Amino acid sequence: MPLVRFTPSLQRHVSAPDVRVEGATVRDALFQIFTTTPALRSYLVDEQGALRKHVTVFVDGLPVRDRAALTDALRPDSDVDVMQALSGG
Amino acid sequence: MPPTLLVSTRKGLFTYRDAGGRLSIAESAFLGDPVTISLHDQRDGATYAALRLGHFGCKLHRQERDGTWREVASPAYPEKPADAVVVRDPMRGEEVPWKVDQIWALAVDYGQDGALWCGTIPGGLFHSTDRGETWTLNTPLWNLPARAKWFGGGYDWPGIHSILTHPSQPDRVTVGVSCGGAWRSHDRGQTWVNASRGMRAAFMPEGQEFDPEIQDPHLVAQCATRPDMLWAQHHNGIFRSSNDGDDWREITTAVPSSFGFATAVHPHDPETAWFVPAIKDERRIPVDGRFVVTRTRDGGASFEVLGEGLPDAEAFHLVYRHALAVSPADADPARVQLAIGSTTGSLWHSADQGDHWSHVSAHLPPIYAVMWA
Repeated sequence: MPLVRFTPSLQRHVSAPDVRVEGATVRDALFQIFTTTPALRSYLVDEQGALRKHVTVFVDGLPVRDRAALTDALRPDSDVDVMQALSGG
Repeated sequence: MPPTLLVSTRKGLFTYRDAGGRLSIAESAFLGDPVTISLHDQRDGATYAALRLGHFGCKLHRQERDGTWREVASPAYPEKPADAVVVRDPMRGEEVPWKVDQIWALAVDYGQDGALWCGTIPGGLFHSTDRGETWTLNTPLWNLPARAKWFGGGYDWPGIHSILTHPSQPDRVTVGVSCGGAWRSHDRGQTWVNASRGMRAAFMPEGQEFDPEIQDPHLVAQCATRPDMLWAQHHNGIFRSSNDGDDWREITTAVPSSFGFATAVHPHDPETAWFVPAIKDERRIPVDGRFVVTRTRDGGASFEVLGEGLPDAEAFHLVYRHALAVSPADADPARVQLAIGSTTGSLWHSADQGDHWSHVSAHLPPIYAVMWA
C-alpha cells in the first residue's frame, strides 16, 4: 500500500501521522484518509476537491500534475508526501 | 462587565480588557495565524474567530464562555454544478471561483438562537443555524443576475464585508459588497433588493457613476438603536441613508478628506458618526502625515477633526474598514468607547467619543478588525 506522509507544519492544526492506505490515484488515497480523519480535508483540498493553492503533493519525489482532480497514479509502493507549496512572499 | 475589545490581526487574536482604566491584553489566541475577523455573540457568550491560514485555507473557531476554543466548520461553497452560470469579474474577465478565499464579515442573526451570517470573498453570504457547526450558502443572493456586474475592490474578487442585522428587525438583513453596492432583504435572505441608490462611483465611465449595482461602499454601518439610519464610507466619499438604504446622500463636508475605509455610528445618536480619513485613493496615507479621526454630530452638516493623543506629523497609519469600533447598544451612553487599529500595528482607545485618544499599543501585528464585546 502507498505510504502517505504529511508536512510537520500541518500537525499543529490537525494530527496527521504517516499512514498506509489503498489507492490507485492520489485522490483515492487522500479521500480514503479523509473518511477516517474528516478534519483534514479542508486543510488540504478546497470545497471543489482541488488541492489548495498553497499545498502540494509529491509522488515518489515528483510534484503531482493534476492539482484539480488528483488523478496522478500511485504504485503499490509509492511514497506520497503532502507538503506546503512555498510560493509568494 | 468591563469593556472587552477583540483585536483581529495578521498574527493572532488579542482580547483586551479594561484594567484600572487602561486596556491591556487579557488573552492571546492563534498566535502567528492571520485572523481576518472576529465576532462576539452576546446571546450565548460565544466568540468566533475567522482564520485565513496561508497554506491551509480559511478556518473558523468558536470560544465558549469557559474560554475553550474549538474549530467549527468554515463556510464553503457547495460543489459547483456542471450547468452553473459562469460569472466573471467584469474588470478582469476571470471566472469567479466557488471557493472561499477569506471570511470578511460575521454577524448575529437575531431570528433564531445560535444563528449567524457570514460574508466572504468571493462574495457569498453564508448562514448557520447551529453556532457555526454547519453553513449554507444563501443562493438567492449568489444567484442574483446582478452579481455578474460585481468586481473586486482591494482584493481580486468581489466580497461581502458588511452584514447589518438588528434584534428589533430579525427578518431584515443588509449586506455591503465591494464592489457591488448594498443589498437588503426583508425576509431573512429569501429575496434581495439593491439598496444603493444615490451612491456615486467616480471610477466608472461617464453615465455609469450612479449604477447601484457596482458601487464600492468600503463599509456600511447602522446606528445600533436606530437601525434604519445608515452610514457608508464609500470609495468615493461619505454617504448616509435615513431610510434603511432606500436612498443615499453624499456628504461632502468632511475635512481633511472624505476618503477612507472605516466608519462607526454612535449607538444612541444616528447623527453622530466617526471616520478615519486618508489621501484618496491610491496613496492611502494620512493627509499631511497627520493621523486624525473625523466626527460629525449633525448628520454630516459639519465635521470636527480629532487629533488629541494621535500622532500629528510623519504618521503613516492606515485603518482598515473593520478596524474602527464603537460600543454596542447596551453600553452606558455616558461611557461610549471607541477603538482604532492600524495596519501598522497601533491600537488607540478613546473613552470620550474621540475627544482624547490613548495609545494602547504600537507593537501589534497589522490589525484587520476591532470589535467591542
